Amino acid sequence: MGVLTACKPPAQTRQHDDAAAQKRGLKLMETKGCGACHEIPGLNWPRGQLGPSLMRFNDTGLIAGYLPNTPVNLAAFIRNAPATKPGSTMPAMPVTVSEAVDMAAYLQGGGRD
Amino acid sequence: MTEGLAGALWGWPPPVLDPAGPYADSVTVLAWALFAMGVVVTGIVVAALWVALRGPERWRRVLGGEKAVWIGGVAFPGVVLTVLLIWGLTLTASLTKPITGDEMRIRVTGEMWWFRVEYLDAAGNVVMRDANEVRIPVGVPVVFELRSADVLHSFWIPHLSGKLDMVPGRTNLLRAEATRTGQFGGVCAEYCGGPHALMGFVAIAKEPEEWQRWFDARVAADSVQPLAAVSTTNPQLAQGRELFMENGCAACHRVAGTQANGLAGPDLTFMGDRATVGAGILPNHRGTLTGWIGDSQGIKPGNRMPSYDRLSAQQLDAIAAWLGQLK
Ligand code: HEC
Ligand SMILES: [Cu+2]
Repeated sequence: MGVLTACKPPAQTRQHDDAAAQKRGLKLMETKGCGACHEIPGLNWPRGQLGPSLMRFNDTGLIAGYLPNTPVNLAAFIRNAPATKPGSTMPAMPVTVSEAVDMAAYLQGGGRD
Repeated sequence: MTEGLAGALWGWPPPVLDPAGPYADSVTVLAWALFAMGVVVTGIVVAALWVALRGPERWRRVLGGEKAVWIGGVAFPGVVLTVLLIWGLTLTASLTKPITGDEMRIRVTGEMWWFRVEYLDAAGNVVMRDANEVRIPVGVPVVFELRSADVLHSFWIPHLSGKLDMVPGRTNLLRAEATRTGQFGGVCAEYCGGPHALMGFVAIAKEPEEWQRWFDARVAADSVQPLAAVSTTNPQLAQGRELFMENGCAACHRVAGTQANGLAGPDLTFMGDRATVGAGILPNHRGTLTGWIGDSQGIKPGNRMPSYDRLSAQQLDAIAAWLGQLK
């Protein structure tokens, strides 16, 4: 665990504190149906159990236990998980780059509630 | 991009006050007229209350007299309600007019908790099957033949028409027409148990030529769906198809051109072409399909499809991949 936390990049490299982006991110996660597989902070329904919970994602060191949890990595993973982490069973998502960036901003924004 | 049920009911103006066709227009006019009547009556009552409590003695005596009761309590509501009733019924009579000739007919059957959809020809024969989605050409009145397979449901596309109950053992006719293209949300508007609140569908209105091309292709594919052969070249699709046939899905779902001919659940012949998953509640893509198959009970508690949580993520993904390319 110590190793994992060590991989978490220092706070100042995460420049996603844009509140508007985070708000868009949450709305997007709702409309894209991410909740079908994940529990997501701020989303009451659905709270899928198939994929890992995304509560307190800001405290996660590695994305899917594989990639450092940086904004760029997270946005890339959200858009196309199998290409970012070979063998990932999360399918590529029908979202644009800027949409993925907003969702990453939301998840890394500390979860909000 | 659909937002499922959220798109159907949220936003401003609310779909009820944002008609997209003549049948919805009359419902909207009626709704505003009733609202205006409500305002007027509330005004009169408040004024009368004020007079009764604070008004001059002479007015209070008039208000408390027998004449006021006969006029304000019997004559006024009697006349107003009768006129409103007659006017409202004539205004909306066109919504339920019987079939007269070669109208476009779509039979929709309410099931706990989804909608079976069958496109009919003029003679009433089923020419194409679908579920949880109806596609209609712009500018053409469509007759929906509404039935129920179990309990009372109600069929409602607020943008396009009024709502009408789906009653077991009966066929109710409801007309709808769209005057602009777009995707309009629909819901079951009569409590039908369990996940009733998660029972919806979408109506998609297309330009007539585009619609006709789509419809002809669908009708052809629904009888001799060549998909069974198409999918076998790709190993993941072949695996998905095999898992579908082996895990009982085929006993509840139909996919034309394969041995899957179950009728307990929605027809999946064109699953990849559908806007939503889970009866209007989630957008349709590989991720939501996977999530639905693996955890439909988590997403829509109490629905009649078991969660396939015993399949591995890789297997679920293969099934979703196969279903996603059925178009
Ligand atoms: C016991 C019958 C049954 C079995 C077995 C079953 N399903 Fe279903 N399925 C249903 C029912 C009923 C629904 C509609 C649920 C609802 O929305 O209320 C449904 C819905 C679906 C939907 C969503 C359709 C839509 O338009 O929203 C998909 C996709 C699906 N099933 C795939 C599968 C797959 C894949 C399997 C096998 C792994 C499977 N089903 C096994 C009964 C079944
Ligand atoms: Cu219902």
